[in-house]
Amino acid sequence: MSRPEDSLLADVHYDDTEARKYTTSSRIQTIQASMTRRALELLALRSPSFILDIGCGSGLSGEILSDIPASEGGPHLWVGMDISPSMLDVALQRDVEGDLFLADIGQGVPFRAGSFDAAISISAIQWLCNAESSETSPAGRLARFFNGLYASLKRGGRAVCQFYPKNDEQKKMITSAAVKAGFGAGLLEDDPETKNAKIYLVLTVGDAGVKGDITGVVEGMDGVDVLDSRRKGKTGRGEIKKGSKAWILKKKDQMEKKGKVVKASSKYTGRKRRIQF
Amino acid sequence: MKVLTLNFLTCAVKACKSSSDSFPLHPKEAELAKDDVEINPQLLVNVLPRIDWAALRTTSTELGFPALPEQPPTAEELEADEKMLQELHSLLMETQIMEGKLVCGHCGHEYAIREGIANFLLPSHLV
Repeated sequence: MSRPEDSLLADVHYDDTEARKYTTSSRIQTIQASMTRRALELLALRSPSFILDIGCGSGLSGEILSDIPASEGGPHLWVGMDISPSMLDVALQRDVEGDLFLADIGQGVPFRAGSFDAAISISAIQWLCNAESSETSPAGRLARFFNGLYASLKRGGRAVCQFYPKNDEQKKMITSAAVKAGFGAGLLEDDPETKNAKIYLVLTVGDAGVKGDITGVVEGMDGVDVLDSRRKGKTGRGEIKKGSKAWILKKKDQMEKKGKVVKASSKYTGRKRRIQF
Repeated sequence: MKVLTLNFLTCAVKACKSSSDSFPLHPKEAELAKDDVEINPQLLVNVLPRIDWAALRTTSTELGFPALPEQPPTAEELEADEKMLQELHSLLMETQIMEGKLVCGHCGHEYAIREGIANFLLPSHLV
């Protein structure tokens, strides 16, 4: 399947026709709605909250936030940011309840610290991996976005971002940028290894009512397997024993890099001398 | 754009991040509209501790509303006082800025508001 992210910028791709097509397609509507509900389930909000919708588009996800009945802790108040004027125009015509902003999330999040209870983003942050001008880099845009988002969420807040990574590399780039900004981060994958796989980046600020680490978010949910790929225990550095051949080679390598004159290594390097009488 | 949202907005310019003048943004030539929004007391109580009261007072004076009390009400006071709840609701949730500008007090950058949507796209030299 072709990815619009590969060919155009978000604000250019979602022009008037594309924005209308996107919003009126019943297939997209259903998918977006189910993803928004899943994200809300992960946010676990209990009372009416103030939510940031990142890449809100025509307000498909925002509408669901406003429509949550009081019995389920709603309705929520939301603020949406999007870079595409056409999408926002469609949102205006649809008369959505949240406040809308025309803004580029790669330029940061212009809200003061601790503004929001939660943040939600449906199919948006993969756009950050593309930078079309020489002045910006994907890593820089991701860093600005996540730093801004981290600051604008209140302590104990959560964010759920559903996104479509192009490959594992993008997935890793996005996750590591989030972790670097200070979030507790985890990836939840629905229907893994199928064509309909949906990836949610779950982020927490502070403890966020989660027991232990980020895996506590999915505690008590049905049908979720936890795969922990974090490194455990001692890693890398501690394994080389001082005085061993590997250690000597490492030291020689370091010295060589510093520009010192280092004797060539051979099979005799680091061997014990025979006992001499 | 709701007055409540304005209370959370800061200037997006990088150099303004460290300055206290970049918050709140000052509305200029603002055209206001009033929307009917259903009152949600729980949401107001929830958001109340996060509202910067001093900034809200400045904004409401700049928009030409009567002066607010000096101290913010506490959650209990607000829950008990129907009238205050209604007043806050109509200021924060129902009052919308439809057209105008938001000006940063530090760098003077003007963010245009059209049809209730503020334009926060920055030219690349300000990012």
